[in-house]
Parts: sequence; C-alpha cells; structure tokens
Amino acid sequence: MRQLLKHPFHERRLFTERIVVSVIIVVVIFALLLSRYFYLQVVKHPYYLKQAEQNRIKYSRINPTRGLIYDRNGVLLAENITAYKLLVTQELVKNLDSSLSELKEIITLGEEETSTLKEKLVYNPIFKPLVVKEKLSEKEVAEFAVQKHQFEGFEVAPYLIRKYIYPMELSHLIGYVGKISPEEFSQQDKSLYSAGDYFGKTGLEKYHEISLHGIPGQLITEINAQGKQLSQEIKDPPVNGKNLNLTIDIKLQQASYQAFGEETGSAIAVHIETGEILAMVSKPGYDTNQFINGISHENFKLLAESTDKPLFDRSLKGGYEPGSTIKPYIALAGLYHKIISEDFTLFSNGYFQLPNQERKYHDWKQGGHGKINVVDALAESVNVFFYDLAYKLGIDKIHDFLKPFTFGQITGIDTAGEKKGILPSRSWKQANRDMIWFPGETVITGIGQGYFVITPVQMAQALSILAAKGRVAPIHLVEQEQTVSQIPMDISEKDWNTVHKGMTHVINAPNGTAKSIKSDEYLIAGKSGTSQVYGKSEEDIYKKIEELPKRLRNHALFIAFAPADQPEIAVVVVAEHGASGTKAAAPIAKKIIDYYMHTKNE
Amino acid sequence: MNKRFFTYMPDPLLMFLLLLLLVYGLVILYSAGGVVLVEKQAVRIVLGLLTLYVITQIRPERFEQFTPLIFFGTVVLLIAVLVVGSKAKGAQRWLDLGITIQPSELCKITLPMMVAWVFRHASLPPSWKHIIIAFVTIGICTALIYMQPDLGTAILIATSGLFVVFLAGISWRFIGGVTLIGLLVSPIVWHFMHDYQKQRVLMFLNPESDPLNYGWNIIQSKIAIGSGGFWGKGWTEGSQTQLDFLPEHSTDFIMSVLSEEFGFIGVLLLFILYLCIILRCLFIAQQAKNTYNRLLSGALILIFFVYIVINAGMISGVLPVVGVPLPLVSYGGTSVLTLLASFGIITSIHSHKKLIQQ
Repeated sequence: MRQLLKHPFHERRLFTERIVVSVIIVVVIFALLLSRYFYLQVVKHPYYLKQAEQNRIKYSRINPTRGLIYDRNGVLLAENITAYKLLVTQELVKNLDSSLSELKEIITLGEEETSTLKEKLVYNPIFKPLVVKEKLSEKEVAEFAVQKHQFEGFEVAPYLIRKYIYPMELSHLIGYVGKISPEEFSQQDKSLYSAGDYFGKTGLEKYHEISLHGIPGQLITEINAQGKQLSQEIKDPPVNGKNLNLTIDIKLQQASYQAFGEETGSAIAVHIETGEILAMVSKPGYDTNQFINGISHENFKLLAESTDKPLFDRSLKGGYEPGSTIKPYIALAGLYHKIISEDFTLFSNGYFQLPNQERKYHDWKQGGHGKINVVDALAESVNVFFYDLAYKLGIDKIHDFLKPFTFGQITGIDTAGEKKGILPSRSWKQANRDMIWFPGETVITGIGQGYFVITPVQMAQALSILAAKGRVAPIHLVEQEQTVSQIPMDISEKDWNTVHKGMTHVINAPNGTAKSIKSDEYLIAGKSGTSQVYGKSEEDIYKKIEELPKRLRNHALFIAFAPADQPEIAVVVVAEHGASGTKAAAPIAKKIIDYYMHTKNE
Repeated sequence: MNKRFFTYMPDPLLMFLLLLLLVYGLVILYSAGGVVLVEKQAVRIVLGLLTLYVITQIRPERFEQFTPLIFFGTVVLLIAVLVVGSKAKGAQRWLDLGITIQPSELCKITLPMMVAWVFRHASLPPSWKHIIIAFVTIGICTALIYMQPDLGTAILIATSGLFVVFLAGISWRFIGGVTLIGLLVSPIVWHFMHDYQKQRVLMFLNPESDPLNYGWNIIQSKIAIGSGGFWGKGWTEGSQTQLDFLPEHSTDFIMSVLSEEFGFIGVLLLFILYLCIILRCLFIAQQAKNTYNRLLSGALILIFFVYIVINAGMISGVLPVVGVPLPLVSYGGTSVLTLLASFGIITSIHSHKKLIQQ
C-alpha cells in the first residue's frame, strides 16, 4: 500500500535527484549544440566562407501586365492604369502612431484603415514593406513627395490597377478582378502568382484568368561584398497577359442596356451566322471598379441586399420558364414528327381536356380562336393548339427534340458561371421528384410551363439555331474560330419555312400578337412569352396586373430575329416582372434590332 | 503605499546574469535591425524588468491560491480564440481585446502553474490519480492550441506541463513505458490521421515543403553561421546580415547574426550565460520550501532551456522549423514580457524562502 502521508525528507531527496538529472541533460545538450556550431564555424568554415562570398546574386520578380480587353471594333473596355500606394517598413519607423497622425494631415486615412494596418503589422515581418493605403490621389502623392524626409520608413510606390471603362453595361460580362485570396493562391501554380496579385473573380476575367494574367519574369541583381549594386539583368522577361478581343459591339451593348429604361432583366443579341454575341446585358449592372481594391463593407451590403439584385447575372444564371416562346419549337417538333402539317387545322373552343379527365386547360382567349392552322396558332399564340400538339407528341419526343437546341443544357459559352437549368423529362422527374410523369404535365410543357427552367443564353443559342434552320454556330464572347455543326434531326426546308412564317406573322400579320413593333424597313420574326412568377397568394391571382405589386408580376419574354427572310441577328429579351411579353419585352427587342439594322453598314 | 510590500529584492546573482544577457541581446539587435529597434526593445525590457520586480513582491502562496482561477481564465481565452480570434497566416492565434493578445503565450506560464497545483499536496512520487489529473490538464491546453492550428506551440506547451510531472518524481519505469508506447502507437495514429493533419506534421518535420521558403532561409542561416568562423566578422560587419540574405534577422534568426559577427567565441559566451542562468534557477528550485514552488520554478526554467535549444537547433539546421524566438535576445515584446514575468515568479520563490528561514 502506498504511503498517504507526505514525507518531506524523502520528497526533497527525490526532487534533488530530478534536479541533478536536469543539470546533466542541460549540460549534455548544450555541449551537443556547441559541437554543431563548432562543426559549422570551425570545421566547415572555409566552405561556408566561400559560399558567403559567392552569395552575391539576388532574384526578384517582375510582374507581367494583365491583358487588355477590347470590343469587336477595337474599342478599349478594360485597361490598366498607374496608381500610387503608400508603404511602410516597420523596422525603419521610430514611432508609428505619431507618424500616422502626422500623415493624416496630408493623406486621408480612416479609422478602419489604421486599425487593419496595425492588425497586419502584428504578423508582418518588420523588414517587409506593408501597404498603408492604395490609390493615393495626385495631391496626396505630390504632398508626400515634398515632405518625404519627415516620414522615415514610409514610401510611395507606383503600381498598376485594373480599370473598367463601361463598368455598368459590362459588369457581369467582363466581371472584375480582386486580390488573390489564400484559397485561390493555394490552387494556383506558385511560379505564376504571388500575394497581392490580381485574380479574376467573375465573368470573363475569371474564365480567361490564366491567359490574361501572363507569366512573371525574373530580375537578377548582382551586388559586391559591400552591398553595392554591380549589375542588374533581366533573366527571364515577363510574358504579359494576352489581350482579349470580344465579339461584343460596345455601342450595341450600351443601346441594349439603355433600351431597358427602368426595367430589369436580360438581353442577348447574337450574330446568327457566326454565333458571335454582339451584346449581352444583365440589368441592373453595378460599378465593378468598386471591387478592384476591395469594396467597403457598407457598399457591398447595399449591392447584396438591393431588391433589384444587381450582383446577379441574369443572362447566365437567371432561370426562367420559356412560356409561349417555346411554341415555335413545339410546332417544329410536330411538323418533324408528321403529327401536323402546314395544312392541318384544329378547332379551338377555348379549352383542352385530356381523354376521360375533368380538368380544363384554358386558352388566354375566352371562347377560343375557332378553326386554326399552325401559322395562325403561332401568330395568335393559341394555347389549345399546343396543348393538343404536345399531348400527341408526348414528353419523350418533346424532350429529345428540344435537347439539341441546348434547352436545359450547358451551352458551353466561353465564360464562367453558366447555369444548366431544367429540360423536363420522365427521367428528370423520377430522379428529382421521385414521381412518375403525368400526361397533364406534357400538356403544359407545350406552352413552356411546368418544370422548365432555362437561361437567356440557352434561349439565344436555341433561337439562332432556329433562325439558321438547324445550323449550330456555338455562341461565344471572345473572337475565335468556331466549329459549326447541324442539329441531329433532318428537318425539311418546308417545315422550317412554316415556323418562320408563323413567327413572321406574330409581328407582321393583322392577327399577330406583337404587331405593335412592326417595322416598315424590314421584316422581323418573333414570339412573345410570359414566364410565371410564383408566390402569389390566392387573392392575388384574381387581381389585375396593375394592382399586383411589381415583384409578383410575371416576367415578360420576347425572342426575335431579323430580317425574317435572311436572318442576321437573333435577339432574346427577358423583362423581369414586365407582365406581358408583347408590352414590356417586345419594344426592347425592337430597339436593339433597330439599332443593329441602322448601324450595321457604318 | 505599503512600504513592506516593496522590500523583496530579486536574487542579485540571477539579476546580474539576466542583465548581461539582455545587454548582449541589444548589442546584436543593433547590428541586426538598427537603432530604432534597439530603442523599442529597450522600452519593452524596462517594462519586463518592472514586471519582474513587482511579481517578486508577491508571496508564492498567492500564486498557489489563485492558480485554478488563472488557469480557468487561460482556457476561456483559448476557447475564445477559436471562436472569435483573428486569423494570421491561416491560423487563429490572436485575440483582439483592445490590444491583441496571444493566449497560447499565457499558457506557457499558467499550464505549469496548474500542474504544479495539482501535485501541491500529493505525496511524491505521485499516485495514479494525480498523474491522470495532470495529464488531462495538459491535454486540454494542448488540444485547444493544436486546433488553432499551431502544432509547434502545442508541443511546447505540452512539454512545459510534462516537465512538472517529471520533476514531481514520476518513476523512471513509467517514463520508459510511456516512451515505448508512444513509439509503438504513433504509426497507428498516423494511419488514422486526415490527409491535412499528415500534411501539417510533414511540414513541421520537413521545412523544405514550407510555402514561406524556410528551406532557403535555413541555407542562408547556415552560411551566416559557418562564414562567421571562430572569431567572427566583427560587429555590424556580417555580409549575410547586412546585405539582407539572412531572413527575419532581428527575430527568429538573430542568433545567426551573432554567430556571423561574433563567431564561435560569441556563441560560446552566449551558451555560458544561458547555462549560468539555468543552473542558478535550478539551484533556486532545489532550495524552494514546498512542492508547488519547487515544481513550478523547475519547470519554468526547463522550458526556457527548451526554447534555447529549439531556436539554436533550428537556425543551425538540426531541428525542425518552429517559430520560436531566442529567449530574451530576439526582437519582440510578448516573448520578453512573458519570460521576464516567469523569472519574476522564480525570484519571488527565492526571496520569500529566505525571509521565512530568518
């Protein structure tokens, strides 16, 4: 049994024994360490002395210049301008606080800036310069230059900053750069990047990051034993980032942005033959220049919490129901599968019913359109015609036909952040809803409702395929050769013409739903649509559009190409909460097409 | 003011040795970083010495009495760092309470205090019960610091606690057994570790893989030491230091500066000073009047010794890279203050013992 009482004498002896052991360990380890120093300093002294004498070469990095971005006509869209920053080297500063308060008289320094600086100084090596403030004004630079001698340890250094010339119109398209984050840095080649470098955060700046960034060079400085610089030689010159030449026409881009007026939404204009995107707008935009050197917390909050969602890229990420804009494709599917012909007619009494079912699928026109063929069904946007056609086609044929048009698919547009959306099918529903497909769902798919979620870029790609009669020129933003292909269905010229005719009637026939945008100069073919906004309460459903709050109104869609007989330009417009495609979206599309047609020969 | 309160003089011999070391450090710092750094460091040293003097006046019984409270406070701060601390170089170590503090520094004193407190009334060698309590205490601190994540400091802190257990007279059989089990278990632990944890351990053992280019730093440091030779290149004459080849030369690598400019003789002098300080403190520990005082003073000086070994070993390329400054010589406020405070505890133990005996 252990002793429970303390034995002072025994314990002291035990402790003394441990102290003696400690002394022995300390002496032995010190002796070992000393022998290491003896080895380095006496035995290997000649070797290291030679090393020190040869130690006269210093390597430093030369930063590459980031590539510029131009529009299709060589107009500069993003550039690098020289700015000045204030740096501090901690070990040269006598009294940081007093220097900073003196500096405040010539350079604007906020509380936030000085407190983050002090936080950073805690772990920044004291001999390494640290940024106090970026983007000094010309006045600040000049005044600092005059009083420089008073601020030992502080210096002003030039550097390049990114500048966007059309920040609002191109906010989502070009995106913006910011300082590379530790996470981004850890995933990149260390020879290419160093802390503080720019890194594309969104849009084309992100997608083309590596090519825009370039490759850093190396500078060799030779010094003598007294530290005097003997020579300086560029070992590897930096390879500057490649410039990007966009397919965008900045004037058309500006015109498209302005065409929205107060509305929000997305517009895309595609040159049909080449797939070149001439304009791609997501409105509202935001000032991307604010983000380059880190946006302030308040400003970011304003943007992030705005109900207009300016940070959201509607063109690539906005998911909408196609609504009636899907009808030309459904008509084409019906013609292709020989379910209808140009001469086929259907009698519409205002609603459609599935065999042996009670539920009525209504038309927008009470009492119906009477006896109607496919061209008029497109011109008047007859729901019953397409309910019937969709039901006869069945969901499998609809899905397989729409897929090559890129609905609910990644189009592969050359920029970052594209969303996939949903093209409804039996297998999709089984996988995502764990339910079988119901015939009623096929019916509403015929008018672009139900599970559909598609993006404006998908609508633009599909429309340019439709306008080019099956020829697929991939839509793109940066000038480069594209591989043109054909959709896999062999659709006859006659069927294409029938659908084009129907779309031309939408605008140009007396019974067309969008005859208000008819042009006297050239023929426009198009189709309007409404994308439902959910979240309405029971009583909201019966209110008139004007009585509904704006955020609950449906989105207005319009797709159009022109000239109808020799299509050149395809335009897709989504006017959010615009309620009706013909009222809100069609005039915007008209303005864009007008601008293109009037300026194309300039 | 109570006159009697300020009547305890710190041990003159130890103070003499410490002052010699501090002055020696400032002389090297002048060469490494210039007059501005010397001025700043001198202010911190004066503050540290004042702290030491004030702590000397406190009776060791007071430390003992408040140990659980102080330790509890440290643990709360360590948890706070994990929850709200600010990130520096990817690890959370700092806590901003008006001034930024690093609770793991505090732990270097408060953990040995707590473990000594656990053994204060135990009959030594300690029973299993006390050993287990001690290990749990050490485990809590170590785990919290490891999670920051700061593997290097976590190991150091654990060591400071283990020194107390060692001094408490734990049997050699136990020490041998634990070492053996540790060697056997480590491959199994390695097998079950996450990849990022393995990465962390590898980085610790192999600085060449460090993104901050510590491999290059160590080469430059070895050149500085070796080229210094037996007599050194002379004060402020070291080319490695003055031409900026040597990294962080006023903080972690200050001994490379000393080695380059004062040579092997300078290194020898530094080691003799350190050795004298350690021996004096171990003597004080041996003379201390009760278990708590003995264990605490002994552990504090042994961990001081470990810092010297790690720093001197790291810069000469025989030990892995841990960001440990050279005690009382490297530039930096936190380290000097914490160390002089722990010397204050040692001198307090010494001074109060004497008066009781009279």
